[in-house]
Amino acid sequence: MLSFYTLFYKESLRVKKVAFQTLLSPILTSLLYLLIFSHVLEQHVEVYPGVHYTAFLIPGLVMMSVLQNAFANSSSSLIQSKITGNIVFVLLAPISYLEFFAAYVLASVVRGLVVGVGVYLSALWFAQPPLQSPLWIVMFAVLGSALLGSMGVIAGIWAEKFDQLAGFQNFIIMPLTFLSGVFYSIHSLPDFWQSLSRFNPFFYMIDGFRYGFFGVSDISPWFSLAVVGGCLLLMTGLTLAMLRSGYKLRG
Amino acid sequence: MLLAVDARQVHKHYGSLHALDGVDLRIEQGEFFGLLGPNGAGKTTLINLLAGLALPDGGQLSVLGHDVVTQYRDSRRLLGVVPQELVFDPFFSVRETLRLQSGYFGIRDNDAWIDEVMHHLDLTDKANTNMRKLSGGMKRRVLVAQALVHKPPVIVLDEPTAGVDVELRQSMWRFIQQLNRDGHTVLLTTHYLDEAEALCGRIAMLKRGQVVALDSTQNLLSSIGGCRVRLKLSGELPSILSPQLVEKIDQEYLLALPSYQALETVLAQLREAGVAVQEMKLQQPDLEDVFLKVMGH
Repeated sequence: MLSFYTLFYKESLRVKKVAFQTLLSPILTSLLYLLIFSHVLEQHVEVYPGVHYTAFLIPGLVMMSVLQNAFANSSSSLIQSKITGNIVFVLLAPISYLEFFAAYVLASVVRGLVVGVGVYLSALWFAQPPLQSPLWIVMFAVLGSALLGSMGVIAGIWAEKFDQLAGFQNFIIMPLTFLSGVFYSIHSLPDFWQSLSRFNPFFYMIDGFRYGFFGVSDISPWFSLAVVGGCLLLMTGLTLAMLRSGYKLRG
Repeated sequence: MLLAVDARQVHKHYGSLHALDGVDLRIEQGEFFGLLGPNGAGKTTLINLLAGLALPDGGQLSVLGHDVVTQYRDSRRLLGVVPQELVFDPFFSVRETLRLQSGYFGIRDNDAWIDEVMHHLDLTDKANTNMRKLSGGMKRRVLVAQALVHKPPVIVLDEPTAGVDVELRQSMWRFIQQLNRDGHTVLLTTHYLDEAEALCGRIAMLKRGQVVALDSTQNLLSSIGGCRVRLKLSGELPSILSPQLVEKIDQEYLLALPSYQALETVLAQLREAGVAVQEMKLQQPDLEDVFLKVMGH
């Protein structure tokens, strides 16, 4: 247990030591999105009746930050450790693959949540979305960040150079995030794109998370919860299988 | 008594390369054991398998009776490995690095031992320095310290003195020898054969993934026999002595002789040829001679 805790602590300490890059930069980036999109669209778009666009946008941006930072945490830490070679210190230790997985994913969840809370608190200056069901908010934030943390472990282990990781991030994570309804409700999309969005697991994470704020969503939050939970189980199984086999870690 | 390291018919392939080809090796507890061989012979592969950094394709490998695959947590707790590559985590100081490594091995509140290890490796002054700011030699010391934080009964040193200055090399060997005297088993790979000769009680030599020699250091040295003589001559070496010539530098000749008695013949032949001996030095065979002979040079 101490092995797991130490690895988790090491990952968290690393985040703290480069907090400008890991915590403050993503918060600033999200606030810039909020500033620009709300300025341009506030007067033109009303997604839910009686909800201003800026207030609608805030939960989506918070969740987007949570997800992107959870992914970035495990993936960047692992690839850095692999490329510099210091992953060897973890591999030499009597740490089980379950502890390895849990430590990296939990550290990702913590970073995702810290950035999410930071974005939320800073965004309150622009608008104050209601908090209808905080439990849904916490549940989707934790499950979503764990799912992305797990995907980050897969990407960090699979990638052999930063270029490959950037490809994973820019061609998979980024499009799925941006096309998940962060900036719009999928009901505003043409039928084809609406149907396509339903195959995007990120859509369910954002929609369920937003339900916690407004009590309104495109899809039932229970269905979203089932999809996100199912994806997390699938990804956890895949990551554990990779770690157990020693894929790209133990030659 | 349990063997510190027990390798039985260990095989490892990397693609078409047969990196380890049925290695058998038994290292007793308390030994200072040398593993020698040219680059690519399989030394680091064997250490990686022992440490769990790679998985064997066949055979069995255990540390103090614990299989490195099926009982990996126990075997890793018993093993302290100094990796060959100079790696470090740039986010942390020396003390943080050693505390984290202790935690990975399940050890809490390890500062007393960490302080002692740092003292022996002259790292005390650098305890709070970030790893990035250390010189190469200092980083190497931290690697040694990291391998020792959990007081492992079996210590594996994979070329620990590569690129290290004489002072550190000596202080490090004093500390490792002390640990060996205290009962720790040491497995060393090195390209410095004089180090292996001075430190190791037994030596195995690997070539193309196979053990080609395995004996006590003394027996390996005795197996060479004869002696070598270095001569500085007033003229050219007579052609009759050419078969014994090992190397020539200016007017200095190194001759390999089958026995000390053969020296008399060499001197007589030089006298007959009218060549005077200006300087003469007798040399015992060393591990390098054994190594070259075993490797077929």
